[in-house]
Amino acid sequence: MSEFLQQLLNGLSLGAIYALIALGYTMVYGVLRFINFAHADVFMVGAFIGYYMGKLVPENTIWGGLVVLLVAMIGCALLGMLIERLAYRPLRGAATLNVLITAIGVSLLLQYSGQVFFGATPRTFPAVFPSVNFALGNLVISSNQVVVIVVTALLMVGLQLIVYRTRIGTAMRAVSLNPKAAQLVGINNDIVISFTFGLGSALAAAGGILYALNYPSIDPLMGVMPGLKAFVAAVLGGIGNIPGAALGGLLLGIVETFVNGSQWSTYKDAIAFAILIIILLFRPAGLLGKVSAEKV
Amino acid sequence: MSRSIATALALLVLAAAGHAADPIKIGQYGAFSGKEAAFGIAARKGVILAFDEANAAGGVLGRKLELLTADNQSKAGESATIAKKFASRDKVVAVLGGNPSINSLEAAPILQNAKIPMIAISSTNPRVTDMGSYIFRVCFIDPFQGAVLAKFARETLHARRAGIISSLNNPYSVGISKVFRDRFTAAGGMIVAEQKHSEGDKDFRAQLTSLKNAGVDVIFHSSNYTEGALICIQARQLGFTGPIFGGDAWEAPQLIEIGGAAVEGAYYSTHASPDSTAPEMQNFIRKFRARWDGETPDSIAALGYDAALLLFDSIRRAGTTDSEPLREAIATTTNFPGATGRITIDQDRNATKSAATPD
Repeated sequence: MSEFLQQLLNGLSLGAIYALIALGYTMVYGVLRFINFAHADVFMVGAFIGYYMGKLVPENTIWGGLVVLLVAMIGCALLGMLIERLAYRPLRGAATLNVLITAIGVSLLLQYSGQVFFGATPRTFPAVFPSVNFALGNLVISSNQVVVIVVTALLMVGLQLIVYRTRIGTAMRAVSLNPKAAQLVGINNDIVISFTFGLGSALAAAGGILYALNYPSIDPLMGVMPGLKAFVAAVLGGIGNIPGAALGGLLLGIVETFVNGSQWSTYKDAIAFAILIIILLFRPAGLLGKVSAEKV
Repeated sequence: MSRSIATALALLVLAAAGHAADPIKIGQYGAFSGKEAAFGIAARKGVILAFDEANAAGGVLGRKLELLTADNQSKAGESATIAKKFASRDKVVAVLGGNPSINSLEAAPILQNAKIPMIAISSTNPRVTDMGSYIFRVCFIDPFQGAVLAKFARETLHARRAGIISSLNNPYSVGISKVFRDRFTAAGGMIVAEQKHSEGDKDFRAQLTSLKNAGVDVIFHSSNYTEGALICIQARQLGFTGPIFGGDAWEAPQLIEIGGAAVEGAYYSTHASPDSTAPEMQNFIRKFRARWDGETPDSIAALGYDAALLLFDSIRRAGTTDSEPLREAIATTTNFPGATGRITIDQDRNATKSAATPD
């Protein structure tokens, strides 16, 4: 029983990271209907900004950690808006496939520029936040894992509030529904889309820092695997749906952890992804996604 | 007129002399960047030291030695590409390298076909030298290393119940895990569980929780230092207090850098310890420090140095850089005084020596 609960905790903290990255994918998709594959690499850049900032602030202090987190989020928000301005805006109105290929291009550009600027050797991420282990009977959880779960939950709620309770959120939904009509009623599409990218990239930076705190070895290709898993989590939860991304991420993390901890750990990814395929067979739009008919 | 003829003649003589002293080209491949970079970088420093010394002493067979290095970026498939480049474009006379066994397993068949001798530096998987008559190594092999580790776990750590974590797509890890399992069981111990991870994984809490709850005394992790450091951190976070140890793939400064306090009291096996009092080792350490700003070499650097020196010695004994005589000379190496011990190449083209386990 205690093993079950411990694995559940492990799965929850792994899943929370997937969920955090998935939030960024799903939000951009919700507004623009395209998958920003560069998201996972902005996540990597966030971790590296944290790495360099971490050397400037004292280790193991809460304010130092918050400064690092804030700088990384602002830096990545700017990077996200820059990517949108330079790579995606010129393709506004082009076929979805063109934009998708561009996104993959941006992703590779970030990965390999990262290898040039940061080097391909893994770096050790500094312990910017103080870390302690809590023991509840046989269960153990580290403060970093708690931080990941709490931050993910807060960001999910915050995001939901922004999208459904603020003017800019209303504008985002309007652009998503019909960009031309939104423009007709006086919404500046460019600003809304730019804001969406900035917000999504700031989330990616937060994810990158939290990931690096938990697994303190970072390299320019660190975003590839978590990015892929988070993308799957977003699809599983119903892409475009914010609580869906969180649910998908948690589910994926938990399934993966249970398979990993069992005697079938050899087949871990195979089993985790087989379960996803089965779920999608029965709910093609994802767990919380709505099936929408498209006019052809 | 006559003066210009003299000049022309002098130029011709110079050109001829230049030709006779064409450098001997030797290739080295390895991971100089990426997640296994610690191995390649250490080995290269040892190799460069050997080349510098030999060239300062006038080269080998009166010719200078030229080292060509190529980085496989810790990526699958790259070592094979480099081997092809060495064979077809650079026309090297021999190749040094291969640290992780998976790299050597990629390069070896190509070099074997091209009849270019290869000396693997720290590839311990037995299959490496099975690839053909041109493939050698200067390190011990996993049946030996696994047995030493099993004996160490059983007799020094007094472990009765061991857990293994291995990397499912790494031939080195799979091979040494099997040897460890067999030898540990034969010595009266019990392997309670074996858990797998993939290359590049970062979360091992699930595997560790399962091992901890299965009641293991010790954990043996059979893959690389990048995963090893994270495994130590997460095992300590989960409250596992028993010893954790790894094979020679744990030997890298990054193990301590990433793992921090969590790797204190962890063990790994190594090809040679800098604490060794053998004069060859002490001599090597002194020269290495002088060449690389006071840095203390690890055993991978010492193996790189030995591989290069063994090759130079073989070229001298062969008296030529032609492929077959050179292969023959390497194969008949006996009692070569290397930094890591006296190396004899046996009939399976492996080195015979001994291993040490520092903490």
